[in-house]
Amino acid sequence: MSTTVEQPADFKFSAENKKKLKGIFAKYPKGREASAVMPLLDLAQRQHQGWLPRAAMDHVAELVGLAPMRVYEVATFYTMYNLAPIGENHLQVCTNLPCWLRGSDEVMGTCKKKLGIDVGETTEDGKFSLSEMECLGACVNAPMMQINDDYYEDLDEASTAALLDTLQSGGTPTPGPQNSRKGCEPEGELTSLKDSKGKADA
Amino acid sequence: MLKDSDRIFQNLYGLKDTSLAGAKAIGDWKDTKKLIAKGREWLVDEVKASGLRGRGGAGFGTGMKWSFMPKETGGRPVFLTINADEGEPGTCKDREIMRNEPHKLVEGALLAAAAVGACAAYVYVRGEFLREAEALQRAIDEAYDAGLIGKNSCGAGIDFDMYVHLGAGAYICGEESALIESLEGKKGQPRLKPPFPANVGLYGCPTTVNNVESIAVVPAILRRGAKWFASIGRENNTGTKLFCISGHVNNPCTVEEAMGVGMRELIETHAGGVRGGWDNLLAVIPGGSSVPMMPKALCENAIMDFDGLREHGSGLGTAAVMVMDKSTDVVKAIARLSRFYAHESCGQCTPCREGTGWMSRMMQRMVTGDMTIDEIDMLQEVTKQIEGQTICALGDAAAWPIQGLIRHFRPEIERRINDRQSSGTGRAA
Repeated sequence: MSTTVEQPADFKFSAENKKKLKGIFAKYPKGREASAVMPLLDLAQRQHQGWLPRAAMDHVAELVGLAPMRVYEVATFYTMYNLAPIGENHLQVCTNLPCWLRGSDEVMGTCKKKLGIDVGETTEDGKFSLSEMECLGACVNAPMMQINDDYYEDLDEASTAALLDTLQSGGTPTPGPQNSRKGCEPEGELTSLKDSKGKADA
Repeated sequence: MLKDSDRIFQNLYGLKDTSLAGAKAIGDWKDTKKLIAKGREWLVDEVKASGLRGRGGAGFGTGMKWSFMPKETGGRPVFLTINADEGEPGTCKDREIMRNEPHKLVEGALLAAAAVGACAAYVYVRGEFLREAEALQRAIDEAYDAGLIGKNSCGAGIDFDMYVHLGAGAYICGEESALIESLEGKKGQPRLKPPFPANVGLYGCPTTVNNVESIAVVPAILRRGAKWFASIGRENNTGTKLFCISGHVNNPCTVEEAMGVGMRELIETHAGGVRGGWDNLLAVIPGGSSVPMMPKALCENAIMDFDGLREHGSGLGTAAVMVMDKSTDVVKAIARLSRFYAHESCGQCTPCREGTGWMSRMMQRMVTGDMTIDEIDMLQEVTKQIEGQTICALGDAAAWPIQGLIRHFRPEIERRINDRQSSGTGRAA
């Protein structure tokens, strides 16, 4: 919780989000409301332009019946909680081994060059933030990056640049592999489940 | 090669309908009621007899794990917790199950719950897998609506609820007791064991924690029989397995194959072979980042199962096969993994908290040869001081890749150091 971040004085869940609270608490047994701390922090972050101000953590603490310190512990332990303002498009480039072997340096380099920012920085217009990620679990579709909630896979320099162009012009690129694949199947001919497009052999 | 008819995940690639109707068309939810009716003991014994070993990396017998669950719980509820915190570098198989075959996971969860007497299952999905969690939630909703789970699930007389819980970006939560801590709303720091989760797990109640793939194959095992599953692969290494083949291959992919498939056969049949041909292979990390690498010479005849890879000083782990061709800076590759472990150490145990950072800094120096020959031995010694000295296996996992590198590529490390020494910028001994 950096002291340089300007903190709003107050945080309350919106009427729409308040309706979701009941469903979240219903997942956990009575007396185990603390389990809702992670989903509630996530909900608060989504409501507050992608970052968690201290007032939101305090409000969540009150709702789940935990000391604020316990909630700060959670918010600082997990990397997906942003404790400072973040760009509208959060580019999260995986650079772990499988992505690195297939060119994550080029993907990262393209992001840096096109946006003029380094890892951990946000563009002046607040549109893009750039982060380096640990393995995002899409290794056979490497290299890849996550932009906000979606995965963009099988990237290279050209497709990374195209993604950024689309975002810069206010569009939403289509998530998933950016080559001809649908998912984790080998590119080109299938080597198994060859009848996949036809009838199952259950 | 495994026959398509022996493949459990008929819709692994999501090319068919992933809804309940589509799942039923490929055999899911068939006679689930009858399977439950055979009783708890039969369910556990059948899974035991199949030889299924946990697919999350450690390879502990799933049926054996279930058999540890107490029959008398003193009124405490029993929980099933499914580990979908997939984050081991190289591993991306549970993702495919959740988004393309979610009904196998839901049905498997119900059957596993029946086997251990659990009233509910929590699926702990890594936070980044939001779309996968949504796909799974859709399947859960469909199953509730069809009466397959919930009150009197499948009409089999048991009540079973299933919930998705999203993580928020912490590799360590894939460790079962850290996962439980996280689910309880705390920092994901592993617990000291004993007590084991089977006795004191989620909310202090008996809990079984299983990997997504382990649970998702259970319905097929029970329907087709333990004998069928055990007939695939080798003794003590039975069944089929999802392999994720990444890195320097022509066609990276995830594929279901028989346990015990040859490494070379696996890579060449399904991934289009090593980029530039088999002779361009440098090394393979065969089971996710936590297992030691194998240089090409060991890969020639390696068998992809638990015992086959252990014979070569490595392990099957999560069956995430990371292929590196001769263009790879192998020291930099391992240095990247060291940085990963330093980032993901939860900070609880001193040897891991301090050691992973120190090892990572040493590995960064090793990349440019900025160390002395003695320091290789010192690094090796420190990995031995971390291994086995921590609450969970993250310390071991951080140590093994470095040990593997030193074991197989010491001449390359020494070459870098000597080159730097002779250029006059080396470190003084």
